[in-house]
Amino acid sequence: MTDAVAPPVGPAGSAAPASLTAQQVAMEARLKKRHRAETWFKAQGLMAITIAMIFLVVLVGRIVGQGYTTFQTHTLSIPVYLNPERIDVADLEGVNYDYIVAEATMKKLGVQDDDLGLVSGKVMDLISRDFGFQLLNQLKADKSLIGKTVTVTGPFKADADLYFKGEIKRSTEEGDRKLDNQQLDWLDQLEKEGSVKSGFNFAFFKNSDSTEPEQAGVLGAVVGSAMMLLITALIAVPMGVMAAVYLEEFAPKNRWTDIIEVNINNLAAVPSIVYGLLGLALFINWLHVPRSSPLVGGLVLALMALPTVIIATRSALKAVPPSIREAALGVGASKTQTVFHHVLPLAMPGVMTGAILSLAHALGETAPLLMIGMVSFVPGVPEGFTGAATVLPVQVFIWENASERAFHERTAGAIIVLLVFMIVMNAAAVILRRRFERRW
Amino acid sequence: MILNPSALPLVQGHAMTTASPDDSVAAPAIKTAAPQIYPPASTQEIKIRAKDVNVFYGDKQALFDVNIDIPGKSVTAFIGPSGCGKSTFLRCINRMNDTIPSAKVSGAIEIDGNDVNLKSVDPVILRSRVGMVFQKPNPFPKTIFENVAYGPRIHGLATGKAELEAIVESSLKKAGLWNEVADRLHQPGTGLSGGQQQRLVIARAIAVGPEVILMDEPCSALDPIATARIEELIDELRNQFCIVIVTHSMAQAARVSQKTAFFHLGKLVESGTTEEMFTNPRDTRTQDYITGRFG
Repeated sequence: MTDAVAPPVGPAGSAAPASLTAQQVAMEARLKKRHRAETWFKAQGLMAITIAMIFLVVLVGRIVGQGYTTFQTHTLSIPVYLNPERIDVADLEGVNYDYIVAEATMKKLGVQDDDLGLVSGKVMDLISRDFGFQLLNQLKADKSLIGKTVTVTGPFKADADLYFKGEIKRSTEEGDRKLDNQQLDWLDQLEKEGSVKSGFNFAFFKNSDSTEPEQAGVLGAVVGSAMMLLITALIAVPMGVMAAVYLEEFAPKNRWTDIIEVNINNLAAVPSIVYGLLGLALFINWLHVPRSSPLVGGLVLALMALPTVIIATRSALKAVPPSIREAALGVGASKTQTVFHHVLPLAMPGVMTGAILSLAHALGETAPLLMIGMVSFVPGVPEGFTGAATVLPVQVFIWENASERAFHERTAGAIIVLLVFMIVMNAAAVILRRRFERRW
Repeated sequence: MILNPSALPLVQGHAMTTASPDDSVAAPAIKTAAPQIYPPASTQEIKIRAKDVNVFYGDKQALFDVNIDIPGKSVTAFIGPSGCGKSTFLRCINRMNDTIPSAKVSGAIEIDGNDVNLKSVDPVILRSRVGMVFQKPNPFPKTIFENVAYGPRIHGLATGKAELEAIVESSLKKAGLWNEVADRLHQPGTGLSGGQQQRLVIARAIAVGPEVILMDEPCSALDPIATARIEELIDELRNQFCIVIVTHSMAQAARVSQKTAFFHLGKLVESGTTEEMFTNPRDTRTQDYITGRFG
C-alpha cells in the first residue's frame, strides 16, 4: 500500500532502481513523455515567433530601405537675372520662366545654348519647374524685380536628385540611364561650386500629388485621410456603441436578436470591396453624394467599421462584472442609469480600443475606395468634405502604378507615413486602455 | 456586541428611540429626505408579508407557495442548503429577479401592506426603500465618497454639497466605517479590505434611506474577524431597519437574528423566533439541518 502511493520520482527513486514498482516505472515514463511534449510545444512557439519576426523585419526593412531617401532632397540655389526682354508685364502667366532659369543655370555652368536649344533643353531636364512657379509668384508680388537678379532655391528634377542620392550611377551604360554624361558633368560641377545643398524634404509634406515626382507630396492624401477618418469616426463610433449597448443591455434575448447578432458577425467578415460596391450603389447612385469625396469615402468606411465597433463594444460590455450592475440596481438606479453611470464607463477602455483599431483598419483600406472613384489624380488638398480627395493608401496605389523611378521611392515614403499614422493610432489605443483600465 | 437571540422586538423598538449619539446627528437628515411613498410602519408591525409566492426560472419552479411574515426593526435570517430558494426569495423582495428574463414571480409580497409586484410599483423606487447587500463586496470602482453619494444623488436626496456630505458621513458612521476612512474619502473604494468593502456597501445601501436591508450571504467572502465586525454592525442596525439576511452559517443565524426561516427544496419548511427554531424545531427536516445531518 505504501509503495503504491509513495512519491514515484526523485533522486531516491533513481538511486535504487531495483526497488521501483511497475507502477512507478510507468509513471516515470509518463513524466518523461510529458516533459518532452512540453519542450516540443515551447520550441514550436519559439519557431512561430521567430518566423513572424523575420517576416516583420524584412517587410519594415524593405519599406524603410526603399523609402527613407524620400525624406532627403537636393536643392539648387542660383542667381536668376529677370531679363526684361523675356518678361511681358501684361502677361506674367505666359512667360517662359523655365527658359529664364535654364539661361541662369547655363551662365552658372559657363555653357552657351546652341541654335536648336538642345543645351537649354538638357539643362531644363535637370531643374524642377518649381523654379518657374517661384519666379512667377515673386513677380506677381513685386513687379519692380524685373531687370534685377534674384537668387532662387528649388529642387532638382527627380532624375538629378536620384543621381545625387546614388540611385543613378555613372557606371551604368549611358544609353540605359535617363541622364547623359554631359548632364552628369554639369551636376558634378554645380555640386563642386557649392550650389547644391542636401536637406530634409519638406516639400514631400507640403505638397500634394503632382505629375512631377520631385513636386509630389502627401499633404493632400494626409488631409484627405484625416477628413475621411473624421466622417468614419463620427458615424461608426456613436452608432456602433449605441447599437452594442442596446443589443447587450436592453434588447430582449430572442430569435430576432440572435439573427441580428449572427448577421453583425457575418458583416465583419464581408470583403471590403463589397462595401465599396454597396457604397457606389447606395451613396453615389441613389443618394447622389459627390463621388471621390471624403464624405462618401467616410460613409463607406463607416459601414465597414460598424460591425467591428459593435463587436468590440459588446465584448467590452460583457467583460464588466455583473456585480457592478447588481450594485447599481440595488441602490435604486434605473437600467439606463446603471448602464450609463457604471457599465459603459467601465467598458470604455475596451470600447475605445476597439474603435481606434477599427479606425486604423479603415485608414489603411484601399479596395472600397477604388470602387467609389477615389483613385484619381488630385493635385491639391480637398476642398471641403464634398470636394475631390485622395487618401494615403490610394496615393500609394497611384504612385506604385506610375512609371517614373522617382515615384517608386515616393511610394515607399508614403507607406512609411501611413505606417507611422497606424503606429500612432495603435499606440493611442494601448495608452487609452492602460490609462483607463480599472480593476475591481 | 454579539446579540442574544432571545431579544424581543418590543425592546428593539424602544432601543431605536434612544439611538447612539453618532446616529442622532445625521439620521434625521436622511429620514426627512427619504422618499415617503408609503406611510411609515410602526415598529411592532409586520413589515413584509409574503403570500403564496411562487417563482419560476423558465420551466423550473424555484419557490413553492412561500408564506411568511417578516417583522420590522429586527433581523430575520433565511437558512437552508444551497439551491433551496432562499436567495431567490430574498431577490423577490426588491424585485431583483426582474433582471433575469426567464424569471416569473407569482403571489404577493407586501411591504407595509402594498404589493411590490404590482405593475404600478416602480422597481427603482422600491429599491430605494429596500436596499441590498450582496455576497461578494461590490463597491463601484470609484472613490469611497462617490460610492456612498451615488444613491442619494440619483434619488435627489441632497439639495447641496453640504447635505450630501452629511449623508455620506452619517451613512459611513452607521456602517462603522467612518473612523477608518474619514481621511481618505477620495481614494478608491476598491482599495479597502474585504470587510471594509462590505461595510462600505452597507453604507451605500443605508445612504438611500431604506426601510428594509436585504443581505445575501454578506459574510461568505470574509474572514472571521471581518465577519464578527459585520455581525456587530447588523446588530446595531436592527434598531433602525428591517433586516433580512440569507446565511449558510447556522451559528451566524443564531447570533444575529431574532426570527429564522428554514427553506428546503424551494419550500419554506418552518419559520419562527430564532430561539424556538434552534432549540425546539417542529419539523424533522429543520431538526436534521440544524443538527448537521444534511446541507
